[in-house]
Amino acid sequence: MTTSTNEIVATCQALFDDLSFSYAREWKSAAPGRIVVGYMPFYVPRELIHAAGGLALGVLGGGDQLEVIQGDAYYQSYICRIPRSTIELGVTNRLDFVDAMLFPSICDVIRNLSGMWQIMFPQVRSRYFDVPQNFSDAVGGAYYIHELNELRDMLAEVSGRPVTDEAIRAATGLYNENRRLVREVYAFRARQPWKAPASEVYLLMRAGMILPVDEHSRMLRDYLDAAAADERPRRDNSRVVVTGAFCEQPPLNLIKSIELSGCYIVDDDFMLVNRWEQEDVPTEGDPIANLADSYLHHSASTAAKYEPDASQKGLFLVDAVRRTRAEGVIFATPSFCDPALLDRPMLQRVLAANDIPYIAFKYAENSGQMQPIREQAGTFADSIKLWSTP
Amino acid sequence: MSAVQTAVVKDSSMLKQKEMISGNYRKLETAKAEGRKVAATFVPGNLNELIMCFDMANNLPEINAIQNGMRKKTGAYIMEAEKRGHSEDVCTYVKADLGMIAKGNIGPDGQQLPNPDLLLLSYTGCFTFMKWFELLRDQYHCETAMLHVPYQGDGRITKNMISYVVRQLREEVIPKLERVSGVKFDIDRLRENLRRSARAEEDFVWVLESAKSRPSPIDAYFGGVYYIGPIFTAFRGSEDAVEYYRMLRAEIADRLANGQGPVTPSGDMKAERFRLVVEGPPNWTSFRDFWKMFYDEGAVVVASSYTKVGGIYDRGFRHDPDHPLESLAEYCLGCYTNHNLPGRIDLLAQYIEEYQADGLLINSIKSCNSFSAGQLLMLREIERRTGCPGAFIESDLVDPRYFSPANIKNRLESYFQMIDQRRGGPSVAHAA
Repeated sequence: MTTSTNEIVATCQALFDDLSFSYAREWKSAAPGRIVVGYMPFYVPRELIHAAGGLALGVLGGGDQLEVIQGDAYYQSYICRIPRSTIELGVTNRLDFVDAMLFPSICDVIRNLSGMWQIMFPQVRSRYFDVPQNFSDAVGGAYYIHELNELRDMLAEVSGRPVTDEAIRAATGLYNENRRLVREVYAFRARQPWKAPASEVYLLMRAGMILPVDEHSRMLRDYLDAAAADERPRRDNSRVVVTGAFCEQPPLNLIKSIELSGCYIVDDDFMLVNRWEQEDVPTEGDPIANLADSYLHHSASTAAKYEPDASQKGLFLVDAVRRTRAEGVIFATPSFCDPALLDRPMLQRVLAANDIPYIAFKYAENSGQMQPIREQAGTFADSIKLWSTP
Repeated sequence: MSAVQTAVVKDSSMLKQKEMISGNYRKLETAKAEGRKVAATFVPGNLNELIMCFDMANNLPEINAIQNGMRKKTGAYIMEAEKRGHSEDVCTYVKADLGMIAKGNIGPDGQQLPNPDLLLLSYTGCFTFMKWFELLRDQYHCETAMLHVPYQGDGRITKNMISYVVRQLREEVIPKLERVSGVKFDIDRLRENLRRSARAEEDFVWVLESAKSRPSPIDAYFGGVYYIGPIFTAFRGSEDAVEYYRMLRAEIADRLANGQGPVTPSGDMKAERFRLVVEGPPNWTSFRDFWKMFYDEGAVVVASSYTKVGGIYDRGFRHDPDHPLESLAEYCLGCYTNHNLPGRIDLLAQYIEEYQADGLLINSIKSCNSFSAGQLLMLREIERRTGCPGAFIESDLVDPRYFSPANIKNRLESYFQMIDQRRGGPSVAHAA
């Protein structure tokens, strides 16, 4: 049966709009012994959650549809929005079916949120998930293998069943396939962006935050088939890479506004967890060591990760521009986001050295006024068309 | 009415510290001429004893920002950094440092600071450190040694964490220090430095704990930031630091014996009306005005978390010469902001009990998410657990735009009135 892009996108939109996470609730109650493990950006090894019989649930804040009332009482005005809306999700019982929460080492705010969660929701297993910033196998690798094993033990405890090597290998295979398909969708969009609008790709990737991995892979395959078959008008848009949005997500309207202003988004860093490992993780041998090795040597670059080699700083962005034949970069960064905002001047220096134009603006997940964004992105798109060297 | 007497006499320890700080700046300024290599590093989790093993001078960007803040120089530096594309949202220590570099890298004492030969990034308890050193690397193009210190997410230090830090020291940090300095690592020299650290730490803890007396002979926040100076920065492990803390302890012992209150910029505090525990760093650009708001009301800070950012020595940790690298690892892992939120709450609640404080005051710093994110929950939890009232004020480290004296004073006065009301009337001062 062929599914149209509209049908797929409508399914994704419904998942995106549902702030009670009904799908995950139903998934959990459909069979005994199932667990749901929430995680925040930017990366957790979802393979282990799957191998524990769990559903990995990406918790990316409340977006622009959630009214944050209690969450604001926990944070000063100068702290970003994602922890407020995440607390709001928690205190309004929208996450009451979640058995464990993982807080990756992305910044001090999310780090401290892990401790807040321990205090506010003592019935939930909460873990700060630290990844190494030392990328030598014998040093960072040895540490990380131990951390992964601790996580594995925790998940086994929560699920009440052992997390076997065999189950991790099988999960790794499923996630390898998923990441291949994600990369394929991104490559497809870079080739024919008019056929895969960024707002659609965003929703498609966002569905991967809640669907079981195999189901998401099916959806990606269906989308690739349907989008390839669709005839859509090709516009004379500028091709841009959007960066800086790896944690607190922009409102969907912001993504649409960038497109409406005359830009094709051909690469982005939304939900990096979907394509964190840039090559297949081996499915033979020690599955934990394989995950560690992939993290150390084959994972994406982002502001939350130390770049040990100064000469490599920011080149991932230049590579993304070259790979996708982009004509410019938009730094779309959440207000008060330390990693992205501190990184930005360094990345801009590298872009300037490579003659790649860029603009920058900030947003919050609940930003409502899009006119300034449209004007800024529109002017940028026009300036690329008018002034960039062909 | 001011509750202090006006005569201000500098204690010997104050003069000693002043000379130590000037000496370190002189050491930095003459480093190139004298062929001395320079390391730049941070306060929390710093490896001063190790740096000393390589005869390197130690430059601390945070301390430069603080010193510049107290000299009212940081406003212009921050604006300079923002003009160069750094966001208004991020840490002002970073921007004060980058602004200072952009304007010629003239240090707080008006002398040229040398470019570092090595950036020793001790990534302890603060994410911003990592980006700060990447930004500095962009400026200086010198070698960078990264020491990643895992966070105590579960409120404990594991063997895996210790072993990770030790391996980094052994396999990456020490070889890099050897290469840059040209000096071979001598573990016995490190042991000697650590032995001196432990001696200074004993006296330092004694000084901090003297605040348990009534009246307290010290202010453990405003005065405390001076007391932590040597041990948190370029002197831990040196004979100077041992001598400084010996002198300080003797001076405080005298104050204690004489029933004196803390020294303030306006002289000795005469009457102690409120005993507070404070969470968060102070504001530096209006440091004296800020302090005055307390001592004018007879408020003494008897314990603070800021004086633990470079190590929580009063919970028993001492550098251990018998296990040098493990001890350095444990030190780095144990700094205050590397503790999880429940651990920080426990510590502050214990301080309120142990120091018989009237309540907790949080000075929430815009620049510092490591401290600030979660503080409103900490306040509630500590109020709930201790039954003591809490208060919350906001300022910034070194950005003068975020210090609003009228608002802060107003809040403090209301807070002191609230404490009085809870006591059932105006408080009785403990005369010195």
